[in-house]
Amino acid sequence: MCLGIPGQIVEIIDADTRQAKVNVAGVHRTVNIACIVDEQHPPESCVGDWVLVHVGFAMSRIDEAEARKTLELLQALGEAQAELEAMRQSAV
Amino acid sequence: MKYVDEFRDPHKARVLIRRIESLIPEIPLTRQRPLQLMEFCGGHTHTIFRYGIEQMLPDAIELVHGPGCPVCVLPMGRVDDCVALAERPDVIFTTFGDAMRVPGSQKSLLQAKAEGADVRMVYSPMDALALARKHPDRQVIFFALGFETTMPSTALTVLQAEREGIDNFSLFCNHITTVPTIKAILDSPDMQIDGFLAPGHVSMVVGEKPFHFVAEHYGKPIVITGFEPLDILHSLWMLLRQLADGRRAVENQYARVVRPDGNRAGLAAVSRVFELREFFEWRGLGSIDHSGVRMRDEYARFDAERRFAVPNIRIADPKACQCGEVLKGVIKPWECKVFGTACTPETPMGALMVSSEGACAAYYNFGRIDLDALVARREAAGEG
Ligand code: SF4
Repeated sequence: MCLGIPGQIVEIIDADTRQAKVNVAGVHRTVNIACIVDEQHPPESCVGDWVLVHVGFAMSRIDEAEARKTLELLQALGEAQAELEAMRQSAV
Repeated sequence: MKYVDEFRDPHKARVLIRRIESLIPEIPLTRQRPLQLMEFCGGHTHTIFRYGIEQMLPDAIELVHGPGCPVCVLPMGRVDDCVALAERPDVIFTTFGDAMRVPGSQKSLLQAKAEGADVRMVYSPMDALALARKHPDRQVIFFALGFETTMPSTALTVLQAEREGIDNFSLFCNHITTVPTIKAILDSPDMQIDGFLAPGHVSMVVGEKPFHFVAEHYGKPIVITGFEPLDILHSLWMLLRQLADGRRAVENQYARVVRPDGNRAGLAAVSRVFELREFFEWRGLGSIDHSGVRMRDEYARFDAERRFAVPNIRIADPKACQCGEVLKGVIKPWECKVFGTACTPETPMGALMVSSEGACAAYYNFGRIDLDALVARREAAGEG
C-alpha cells in the first residue's frame, strides 16, 4: 500500500478537477495530479512529466532516468505486478 | 552476500556494506551491545526481508522492525466495525486489498464478502467515489487507512465529493500519524533505539521538519529513506556516520522524491478535512496520544462513523498472539510461539502475518528460515 510506482503523464483529462492520464508500465489509468500542480506547474504543463503514483494520486515529480530505473527494478523483482494488478482490477 | 546480486548495483551494495563494517569500531557503544536501528515503515521492512539485508549486516547492528504497517496495527475492534458497516444491506464497502484478510473477532472482510456483504477492492479512494457516482441508491463507504502518505488522497477525494455534491459517499477514517508514534516509541521504557530510518513516503507528504524533535529532543539520528535495497544500506551508513561523528540530525537520503517542505497541496487538503484525535488505539501497542485523525465537523456528513452507528467495541488480541512484543522489537517474529504453525499467511492469527509489509509475513516469506527445524526445536523444548 505504501510503495508507490513511477509513471508518466500522457494527457490532461480535466484541468479543473486535476485529472490526468498516466502511463504506468504500459497500464493507462486516470490519476489525480492536485498534489503536483502549483503556480509554476499548471496542469497543461505537466504532460510528459514523470511522477510517483500512490493509490491513484501523483504525489511527487521525479527525474525520468531515476523513474525508469526504479520501474525496471520493481518489475524485474515482481514488486510492480501487484500494484499494476490492483490498478487493473479496481472495482469500478 | 548471496543476495546482493539482485541489487540494482551489486558493486555499490558491496562497497556500502564494507563502509558500514568499517564504521562499527568508531562507535564506542558497540563495545557494550549491538546498536538498535529501527525502520519505522512497513515498506522498508518488506525491502529488508525481501533482500535479506539483515544477514548482510555485521552483528553489531540489530534492525528493529517498527509499527509502520497500517494494516498490521489496526485493532480487531476496528475490523469488526468494518464488517458491521459492510453487512448493512444499503452499503457498498470499499477497501484496499491489503485490508481484506485482517482477522476481526468474528471474521475478516473477505469472509463477510463470502457471506454476501458487498465488499469491493479498490486501488484508489477515487475509485470508491466513482462507485458512489454510479450507484446513487447505495451508500458507498471507503475504508480510509494508512499514515500521512495516504491522507492527502482520501482528503482530496472527500473535497471532490463535496464539490460534486455527492452525498452517498463517506469515509470510515482510520488514518494514523507517524510523529506521535515515533515519540511514543522513544518514550517507551522497554525500547532502546539508537537511530531511525524515517519513512520515505510519509516524509514526501510532511517534509523534514516534523522529524527534527528526534534529533533535537531525544538526541537520536534519523535519516529519511527510500525503498530500494541500496537506499536502505545507504541510509544505515548515514546513521552510523552520524553516530561515529557524534552528530544528531535529520538527514534526507531520499531527496529524489522528498522535498524539505513536503507536499504543500497535499498538506493543505489534509488539514482542511482532518483533525487530530485525542488518542487512537493500536493493535499490540495500546492507546497512543494524538496518533490518529478524524474528520472535522464541517465534513461530518462524509464521516461513516457519524452517519452510521458502528459497534466500536474494544477487543483484546488472542492470548497466544505476541504481535505487540514483535512490534516493539522485544522478540523476533519467529520467537512467537504460534509463528509458522497456528499463524501463517494463509491462516493469520495476528495482523503482522496478514500484509506483506508485516514483520511476521515478511519473515515467513523471505526469512530464509528453516521452519521444520524451528518446529522440531520447539517440540523438543515441549512447547508444541
Ligand atoms: S506469528 Fe502471528 S501471532 Fe505471533 S506475532 Fe506474528 S502475527 Fe502475531
